[in-house]
Amino acid sequence: MCLAIPARVINLEPADQALVELSGVRKRISLALVDDVAPGDYVIVHVGYALAKLNPSAAAATLEAMQSVNATPFAGTTAP
Amino acid sequence: MKYIDEFRDGAVARELSRAICREAGAERHYQFMEFCGGHTHAISRHGVTDLLPRNVRMVHGPGCPVCVLPIGRVDIAIQLALKEHVVLCTYGDVLRVPASGNLSLLKAKALGADIRMIYSAADALTLARENPDRQVVFFAIGFETTTPPTAVVLREARDLGVGNFSVLCNHVLTPAAIVNILESPEVRELGTVPLDGFVGPAHVSSIIGTEPYEFFASEYRKPVVIAGFEPLDVLQAILMLIRQVNDGRAEVENQFTRVVTREGNVAAQTLVSEVFELRRSFEWRGLGVVPYSALRIRDTFAAYDAERRWPLAYQQVRDNKACDCGAILRGLKHPTDCKLFGTVCTPETPMGSCMVSSEGACAAHYSYGRFRDSRELAS
Amino acid sequence: MSAVRRSYTRPLDIKRGRVDLSHGSGGRATAQLVEELFIRHLDNPWLRGHDDSACFEPPPGRLVMTTDSHVVTPLFFPGGDIGCLAVNGTINDVAMAGATPLYLAAGFILEEGFPLSELERIVASMAQAATIAKVPVIAGDTKVVEHGKGDGLYLTTTGVGVVPEGVEIGGARARVGDVAIVSGDVGDHGVAILAQREHLQFESEIRSDTAALHELVAVMLAACPDIRCLRDPTRGGLATTLNEIAQQSGVGMLLQESAIPVASMVSAACEFLGLDPLYSANEGKLVAVCPAGDAAQLLEAMRAHPLGAHAAEIGACIADDNHFVQMQTRLGGRRVVDWLSGEQLPRIC
Repeated sequence: MCLAIPARVINLEPADQALVELSGVRKRISLALVDDVAPGDYVIVHVGYALAKLNPSAAAATLEAMQSVNATPFAGTTAP
Repeated sequence: MKYIDEFRDGAVARELSRAICREAGAERHYQFMEFCGGHTHAISRHGVTDLLPRNVRMVHGPGCPVCVLPIGRVDIAIQLALKEHVVLCTYGDVLRVPASGNLSLLKAKALGADIRMIYSAADALTLARENPDRQVVFFAIGFETTTPPTAVVLREARDLGVGNFSVLCNHVLTPAAIVNILESPEVRELGTVPLDGFVGPAHVSSIIGTEPYEFFASEYRKPVVIAGFEPLDVLQAILMLIRQVNDGRAEVENQFTRVVTREGNVAAQTLVSEVFELRRSFEWRGLGVVPYSALRIRDTFAAYDAERRWPLAYQQVRDNKACDCGAILRGLKHPTDCKLFGTVCTPETPMGSCMVSSEGACAAHYSYGRFRDSRELAS
Repeated sequence: MSAVRRSYTRPLDIKRGRVDLSHGSGGRATAQLVEELFIRHLDNPWLRGHDDSACFEPPPGRLVMTTDSHVVTPLFFPGGDIGCLAVNGTINDVAMAGATPLYLAAGFILEEGFPLSELERIVASMAQAATIAKVPVIAGDTKVVEHGKGDGLYLTTTGVGVVPEGVEIGGARARVGDVAIVSGDVGDHGVAILAQREHLQFESEIRSDTAALHELVAVMLAACPDIRCLRDPTRGGLATTLNEIAQQSGVGMLLQESAIPVASMVSAACEFLGLDPLYSANEGKLVAVCPAGDAAQLLEAMRAHPLGAHAAEIGACIADDNHFVQMQTRLGGRRVVDWLSGEQLPRIC
């Protein structure tokens, strides 16, 4: 229900803002809800606010599991 | 687009589809509810249904804050705009929701109300600061994903003393709605929920974490898989649900590990609890009154609460008696089962919550899936 | 001999002046506005003739006439403005009949208080578009409404063209088996306009694709005289236009999502705002339906023209009593591409 997209942080800006980019489209958004964000990180953006940082290694692992779903049994990740 | 395109890949989708078809035992039926409107939209838009075997069916849940927004609350917003002459700001989704008296926010705008569409809650506060002589009200809707931005803006308003700004709060809570579905009277009649599991919301969970869902899994013995919004995420989550059902497990699993953690965004949760508190009850269109399912602004921020600034009386407005949304939202009926679907009730003239926004079950079926009805009749 | 002093009229203050009610009254002020602003830029023998109407000899063939009113907000946007949008839009409507556009007429409704500098920008832009397209604006009208009764400026343009003998193009002519082709990336204009409006500012610029397509159409007709339908997917986007054609022709359509060209920035902006590029307006693109056997040749001709460089075959007409426009998604599933319902607004949800 909540339209949010992963965007790359280009610059940090004053007052808890950041300039993010998705495929050439740049937008200024708020970092008020996340900490420790650095340029190059990907954040999930919803209504002009970053909600969370995206974990690139988890993304890679997920994709890999998808790609090899018929090769190996998927181990799954029960919430720890 | 990185982290988007690769999760829409057709070749990988076919692989996941093969695995689902193989593991969904032909002897049984699987019925899963995707709670969240974003998932409904993803399924419809990408045609995910075509990649699922006939014995795996997705039921569209109520997870769209616009769909479940009661008409009476929209009436309040229209009243503020037309009678109190405030500048009413809201997200695009709500503008066309039909309210009482043949009005909508968009129609009220045509009548002279100052209604502004905004992309971000921050824009509402900026408007207030730029127009100190006008009252600016932010008509806030949304689930737990959209609530923290409203909290940020309320805190800023208080810190900066933006006296002409206030919020009309309609934020609602996901877990309460899921419980409501699991406890509906039809369920008690049937003795069981006609659902084998849930695909849990992606971005709500980025805020609240996966922990709140553990209650459903254990109490109602239903598996929950939190899934990302891209179609490959949904397919993988469906596969994980099928495996749980086959194994007889009822656990909370996280498919969306690249964004969601068990504890979620604690800073956002803390901020939300500083600014908001639970309402004892709140009406959800299609589901009825649901206890402890919505938020209101705390006394410490009372000065920015539109409901305290103006005398606003909530009046319940019932939907058409023939509207089957209640049953559709709970997975007991299909949009085409409703007498009003496609005739009186269309996306242009929605009669109930399932048609009001493009993510409602009926709207999604009408806009994206209607062609299947004629195909199924023919086959 | 005393020289008679020629009457002196202070020139219009275009930099700082504003439209007022006298400019619309038909008197001296109107004449001055027409002379110093409109004719100065739209200069041609018809307008210089100062007559109430323009006369011309029609070339052989059937005449085509079209009219459009333009109420776009904002008036200025990346890639263009209401002026060139109007000129190109009307030229395109004429061209979609397979006709060669000949002349334009323009009616202005100006709001009292509208800055003359902006009016000049718009008129100059119209003039430039008309010159590039070689289609002059030969008649015009100006009215002024009271402050508060107009959105700055409303513009109506009417176009006249001529269809050569033997060319029969119309929305009802598509047949099962025909192929649908689009001339380039879709969705640019609608997203550019929406992004330009308040509170949706992107730092990067998405530009309107406004352009006059009549020369591209001429090239297309030369390569494929049997083109069945031509339409420019303006309001409601590609999806609406295809639904119109399907409905008119009594066919269904099956599109391939991966074949529909969309610029990556437009895609990204749509993701941000929750929009679908298929429903976003285009002002410099066209959709053509042609017999399947002619598609390759038509595409080659289009791609050789600058306005058709990204032309692509996107689908085919199929038998379907429901006249659905269906699409095979990138994922491999199917969905219906329905008519646009209401106005496409950004969503959070």
